[in-house]
Amino acid sequence: MSALRQIAFTLNGRAVTADVAPHHTLVEVLQEQFALYGARESCAQGLCGCCTAIVDGRAVSGCLYLAAFADGADVVTIEGLADRNHLDPVQEAFISCNAFQCGFCTSGFILMTRQLLEQNPDPTDDEIRHYLSGNLCRCGTYPDIINAVHAAAATLHKE
Amino acid sequence: MSTRVDPQPITEDRPTVQIGRSIPRLESLEKVTGETEYIHHLRLPHMLYGKIFRSSVAHGRILKLDTRAARELPGVAAVITGADVCALIPEPYYGPAFHDQPVLAIDKVRYVGEPVAVALSEDPHLAEHAANLIEAEYEELPAVFDEVEAAAATDTFVHDALKPAGTFPDLKHLQGRTKTNVALDFSLRHNDAERGFEQADYIFEHVFRTPAAIHAAMEPIVAVGEPRGSSAVTIHTSSQSPSFVRTEVARLLGWPENHVRVRTAFLGGGFGAKLYIKLEALVAVLALLVKRPVKIALTMEEQFYTITKHATTVRMKSGVTKAGKVVARRCEAWWNGGAYADIGPRVTQKSGFTAAGPYDIENVSLDSYAVYTNLPPAGAFRGFGIPQLVWAYESHTDIIARELELDPLEFRRANILRNGRPQATGTIMRDTATVEVLDTLERAMDWKAPRDPGDGNVRRGRGVAIGFKACIAPTTSVAIVNIYGDGSCAVYCGTVDMGQGSDTAMAQIAAEVLGLDPRAISVIHPDTDVTPYDMATLGSRSTFHMGNAVRLAALDAREKLFIMAGKALGCDPGLLSAAGGCVRAPDGRQLSVGEVIKSGFLMQAGNLIGSGSFRPTYTSPSHGDGQSSDITPFWMVGAVGADVEVDMETGHVRVTRLVSVADVGTVINPAIVTRQLNGGAVMQLGLTMSEALRFDHGQVTNASLADYKIPGILDVPAEIFAEAAPGCQHSGPFGAKGAGETGTFAVSPAIANAIHDATGVRIYDLPLTPEVVYRALRAAQHNPLENEL
Ligand code: FES
Ligand code: FES
Repeated sequence: MSALRQIAFTLNGRAVTADVAPHHTLVEVLQEQFALYGARESCAQGLCGCCTAIVDGRAVSGCLYLAAFADGADVVTIEGLADRNHLDPVQEAFISCNAFQCGFCTSGFILMTRQLLEQNPDPTDDEIRHYLSGNLCRCGTYPDIINAVHAAAATLHKE
Repeated sequence: MSTRVDPQPITEDRPTVQIGRSIPRLESLEKVTGETEYIHHLRLPHMLYGKIFRSSVAHGRILKLDTRAARELPGVAAVITGADVCALIPEPYYGPAFHDQPVLAIDKVRYVGEPVAVALSEDPHLAEHAANLIEAEYEELPAVFDEVEAAAATDTFVHDALKPAGTFPDLKHLQGRTKTNVALDFSLRHNDAERGFEQADYIFEHVFRTPAAIHAAMEPIVAVGEPRGSSAVTIHTSSQSPSFVRTEVARLLGWPENHVRVRTAFLGGGFGAKLYIKLEALVAVLALLVKRPVKIALTMEEQFYTITKHATTVRMKSGVTKAGKVVARRCEAWWNGGAYADIGPRVTQKSGFTAAGPYDIENVSLDSYAVYTNLPPAGAFRGFGIPQLVWAYESHTDIIARELELDPLEFRRANILRNGRPQATGTIMRDTATVEVLDTLERAMDWKAPRDPGDGNVRRGRGVAIGFKACIAPTTSVAIVNIYGDGSCAVYCGTVDMGQGSDTAMAQIAAEVLGLDPRAISVIHPDTDVTPYDMATLGSRSTFHMGNAVRLAALDAREKLFIMAGKALGCDPGLLSAAGGCVRAPDGRQLSVGEVIKSGFLMQAGNLIGSGSFRPTYTSPSHGDGQSSDITPFWMVGAVGADVEVDMETGHVRVTRLVSVADVGTVINPAIVTRQLNGGAVMQLGLTMSEALRFDHGQVTNASLADYKIPGILDVPAEIFAEAAPGCQHSGPFGAKGAGETGTFAVSPAIANAIHDATGVRIYDLPLTPEVVYRALRAAQHNPLENEL
């Protein structure tokens, strides 16, 4: 439909290029060109956080964020958090607290939790709720997600 | 193959090791690293994307369909309409209860949003653009929207004639019925309700309503059709019912079942939306027509036009004695089924017969109507109609208790249906922890403790409610347990893990029998070419049905393993035991499972395969009075207690505590069961407080998560917890039964009852939005708010 343009960016620590049209979103490019499926589209309106990715240290809704804007940026996805042998403490906490059911929303919650704990290493229940209020989980695992955030905070304190 | 069709207790001769353990889900690692497989992600070589063009009128004859502009758009591979579908399948109508839903509209459309044509392109954006270029002209016909009006309609009918599927004997009499919107009417008569009312000292009668709602699974409905030549097809789908999809698509195509392969992966939620046929027939037809793989992935918005939860109107009438005994109850329920029956007629009957509630009532009369309207089709939704009924009978029950100045919990306990007593169908209740659930809730809530009612602007209240459900019957599950050459093991079962944790539960059951570590067992996801038949993952049936089948399959495999090990160890197989990954002789000698297989096949080779098939007994209700001696293999019971704060100036309700108690039999994995119960409660909290589809002449006006509010983390009560009441389902695997829906049953009336406790105001229609509550408060002050313009 429209002309493609090459962009270059850092993806999970690796320099990459992609050919994108102006209307392509970040989540489309991650899936189509890099086979990264951890950020996934659900509401497509910036309402649920299933498509969360980190661009230059800031969480964005990959369903709305145009891929062209990632040119020159540092992009991190859930796949960039850890290798299978060394999980991030937030990932560990989500497992130990059973903080998911279907898992479709989980990448977004984990990335947002990491960002929260970077800014606020010891959040209260209320702070957690407000920070994560842009992420939706239809399975309703919210109580366990709150527990997981506390558990991850405790682990990070020890480290 | 070991087949067991009777629900006889299967007793264990030793304490269990794996049952009752909260091991993390088998797929935990994939889920936190973003690597979980969902069909949503699937891309096949040469695949086309389909975008659906939908009806813009609620009821109309298609006069003209202009697809030229779409077809001529460069990059568009094809545009397919109902006429093209008919060229492949002369009678392209599907559905589990009625064959009434066309793959694409033919001649007529029956709701706004009905699929009329599909544009196909390698580029999904282009396919969407092309779909927008399609134009249709309709001759609009009168439409019906309200379930009670549609049931009584004499001149406006959604369908010309009823077309029952023929799979259900009790629907046969409906064949060819015309001039009606009532797809199914179910009645039950237990003794004599009229006589019961005459004996009563008080009569209560109320009408309750619930709105249409949607499942909003985070992974929207998706399917990929992949042709294999012109006489076979593979369907990759986010389906909860792969076996049904295979049977139904094969029937449509006139092919044997083995020419249709249906596979699933993990599902990003299901909740009943992904049952029966959704996109599967369409993508199969498209793929066969264009001879390329075709993917259709709905957007969140399109899910609002695909399948909904039944809106209902329920009239309840009870006769009660001075002593506080309910002696008669009459219920009439109208289910708004939308334009296509889907599984609605089953909801009407299978849930309909519980409409009097979990109470021991001598005289009961129930009438339940599945009604066609010109709205999006309604189907199964977590709870299968039970939450709508519990909303009615538990609001009604609470009104009675409070008007008679009886403690609401005591009043329920005094009337509760106990084991050994007949339910309204005549089936004797067994292994059902109704009393234990109430007792546990009373303790968990500290029900009798003094509480602060609040004052001025903020009033506090507390409410309880209890509901029950009969597991759907009769259904079959088949499983295979396969031990490989190295001693590792896989369970092949058609249960779909859509977040409920069935993979883990099935692995725990097999591991218990085989003496293995459940984390070392893999569970093969449904693939009809590989995994055996399973009716579907619905209605909380899997733990019981598939759990029993997996247990039988594991026992069958273990028997073969013991015979092989007996030879190697020179020992009577009957004396062997399995534990810690080994087969042990009484004298202490042991071989690992891998060593046993090597001894039998002389190298790391071969398989030991066990199979199990499970179908409980069932007696269908007799026509007319709905009586049956064996209506269900098990009953589920769920109760909820809620504490609320009501802001008297705004009508805003805050649920401060939500306690769920359930009878789930023996708990296989406590962490997973608790999550299911709380998850169900949170979902139902949304359906209670905010969720409702809004329509304007049949057009959904809030088809977006921006305008249709599902619960977010801020909506979750500060205190929320779930507890399993002591119980054992003796016919279940290790005493277990389902838990997937139980958390939803009683949430809505518990909250409304708490609002009444706080304010003295009763609300009869869901959802309990601030506006609804505020209007009710003002009406109670004889100062009603003007209606909106
Ligand atoms: S899919 Fe991007 S926020 Fe929902
Ligand atoms: S775990 Fe299913 S949506 Fe969150």
